[in-house]
Amino acid sequence: MLEISNLTATVGDKEILKGINLTVNAGEVHAIMGPNGSGKSTLAQVLAGHPSYEVTGGSVLFEGEDLLELEPEERAHKGVFLAFQYPIEIPGVSNAYFLRSAYNAMRVARGGEEVDPMEFLDVMEEKLKIVEMDDAMLARSVNMGFSGGEKKRNEILQMAVLEPKLAILDETDSGLDIDALRVVAEGVNKLRRPDNATIVVTHYQRLLNYIVPDYVHVLAGGRIIRSGGKELALELEEKGYDWLLQEALA
Amino acid sequence: MSTEIEALVGREYQYGFVTDIESDTIPPGLNEDVVRLISAKKAEPEWLLEWRLKAYRRWLTMTEPVWPNVHYPAIDYQAVRYYSAPKTDKPLGSLDEVDPKLLDTYKKLGIPLHEQKMLAGVAVDAVFDSVSVGTTYKAELAKHGIVFCSFSEAVHEHPELIRKYLGSVIPYSDNFFAALNSAVFSDGSFCYIPKGVKCPMELSTYFRINAADTGQFERTLIVAEEGSSVSYLEGCTAPKRSTNQLHAAVVELIALDDATIKYSTVQNWYAGDENGVGGIFNFVTKRGKAMKNAKISWTQVETGSAITWKYPSVILQGDNSIGEFYSVAVVNNMQQADTGTKMIHIGRNTKSNIVSKGISAGRGQNSYRGMVKVLPKASGARNYTQCDSMLIGNACGAHTFPYIEINNNTATLEHEASTTKIGEDQIFYLKQRGMSAENAVSMIVAGFCKEVFKELPMEFALEAQQLLGITLEGSVG
Repeated sequence: MLEISNLTATVGDKEILKGINLTVNAGEVHAIMGPNGSGKSTLAQVLAGHPSYEVTGGSVLFEGEDLLELEPEERAHKGVFLAFQYPIEIPGVSNAYFLRSAYNAMRVARGGEEVDPMEFLDVMEEKLKIVEMDDAMLARSVNMGFSGGEKKRNEILQMAVLEPKLAILDETDSGLDIDALRVVAEGVNKLRRPDNATIVVTHYQRLLNYIVPDYVHVLAGGRIIRSGGKELALELEEKGYDWLLQEALA
Repeated sequence: MSTEIEALVGREYQYGFVTDIESDTIPPGLNEDVVRLISAKKAEPEWLLEWRLKAYRRWLTMTEPVWPNVHYPAIDYQAVRYYSAPKTDKPLGSLDEVDPKLLDTYKKLGIPLHEQKMLAGVAVDAVFDSVSVGTTYKAELAKHGIVFCSFSEAVHEHPELIRKYLGSVIPYSDNFFAALNSAVFSDGSFCYIPKGVKCPMELSTYFRINAADTGQFERTLIVAEEGSSVSYLEGCTAPKRSTNQLHAAVVELIALDDATIKYSTVQNWYAGDENGVGGIFNFVTKRGKAMKNAKISWTQVETGSAITWKYPSVILQGDNSIGEFYSVAVVNNMQQADTGTKMIHIGRNTKSNIVSKGISAGRGQNSYRGMVKVLPKASGARNYTQCDSMLIGNACGAHTFPYIEINNNTATLEHEASTTKIGEDQIFYLKQRGMSAENAVSMIVAGFCKEVFKELPMEFALEAQQLLGITLEGSVG
């Protein structure tokens, strides 16, 4: 589904990604781990098309198509979803209106028709259950006055509404307590299907206890220096990143 | 004093007797004869001509104010034409002859085809009879005893009302531009609602028969008698051009005991090009006087003009009177705005509510200037002011100048202010959810302006939202 070849990218003058190679197939969960500043979030943002980053080399194919050519909203229409590390607040815009607009934009992009507010409420009923949220949140402004946990759950709610092919979770576990972590992770698991894929960007093993990855990649210094199965994450939890970094430098 | 003008003005004209005057040959410039000419053309009664002349003479002694936070090249008042002939342009054959950018805007605003033609000066099909639409409207109003006509018409049909109320809220000496307007005003609207009548429909200038081309010095007067109510809409979302750069209108509202006046404005005057060249100067004086238990609400959406300078205000004369001001002012490219309101609390237990939303983009500069004044005998006065600014991009500015003068210690005032910035991150978030940049900005801005838009009559609100989207197109990224 996703083929990244020798991807390099900069922000301003600084080169952050120095040659990423990664293949993700349908039905797979890939975890991207690594020390701070390694480029994990950058990779997530570059895949989603954030304007601050400039791709300087390499390619990204999504279902055979050149992803880097596309605008962020076009990538979204193709089925790429990014769960933000720092979700944005939008005062005055209700969650209901925002979610319905996003939902309708997706439907239209996929050749369907828009739904009206009533039809949408029916859709929302089952989606809200996935993240254990109350429909009272629909009337509130997007992410306004939301706790950290609520914001992350709102991200997964949007994921449930938009049903992406590729979901990229950018440090979704940061700032979450144990219970919130469980709800978020269970939400993600409920949305897994054989025809979609997930990239989980995280520092810590604990999220991966819930969202069990098929592959774990360690990103350091802008490159993937090691890939393995889920045991690799456990090894990192035990030993930290240093041993890997030493090996990579050797 | 040119001999041309002397010949044209000739002798005094009596009420009702109008000589056919050659209309196109007035040169620019202002002097007493020009004032007399304007009055003569309209066959105005002597008392009105005298009023104009007093205003003109007073204007000569005044200096143009320099305190606003706007900058513009000095206006040469002798280079302005104070009387323009009625439109004699030949109508265009079809919409194909109209500037495609203009048509694009009309389409985006959802303006129906035949209206587009009218706005663009294209000859309208004989099938659509705009006069009959206006006639039915007028008949309905007449049933209730409501008068809604042009100001000039009102001078002839209802001179006693004009004489009684003209200048009662904004005397000609009020300020430089009000004095100028009082001397040379062209036309405007007059509306009178009799005692106890609730006007059954929203009054809009669109339906006024004899709607003259919007003049540069409009004069509007609305009188709502005891227990009556009216909602009035001014302007339209379609972009308006004008050959005159200076537009100095005056609007007076009188709400007698227990009456309600709601005055909504959507302004989209030509704003000039991206470099700030051209564009209209919209210097307006608007004020309402509310008597006992009366209420006056001003709602404005200002997106056009090179410079918007206005403070729709309310004099809370009567006990328990209420004044409201809801405003969205947008500046993009090189536009400037210095706008706000004055709420003067005079009676007892008066209330005022101010919600101002300023949006700045491009290199626009937006200033909110508001005054809440509580006089010594105004016990129990309450004010709530909310002043929010939104900045789009890094080159624009938002400024706030709140003035509070309290002379009675039983007053309660609340003031809240906020500044937000729409940046790349917010737009990116919405784009990642599948929305275009245009829709993203619209959504964020609509959310920001919600409290003001919900005060607008519904069709206006929808149009205003679309208008905002168009005005801010291309402002991000």
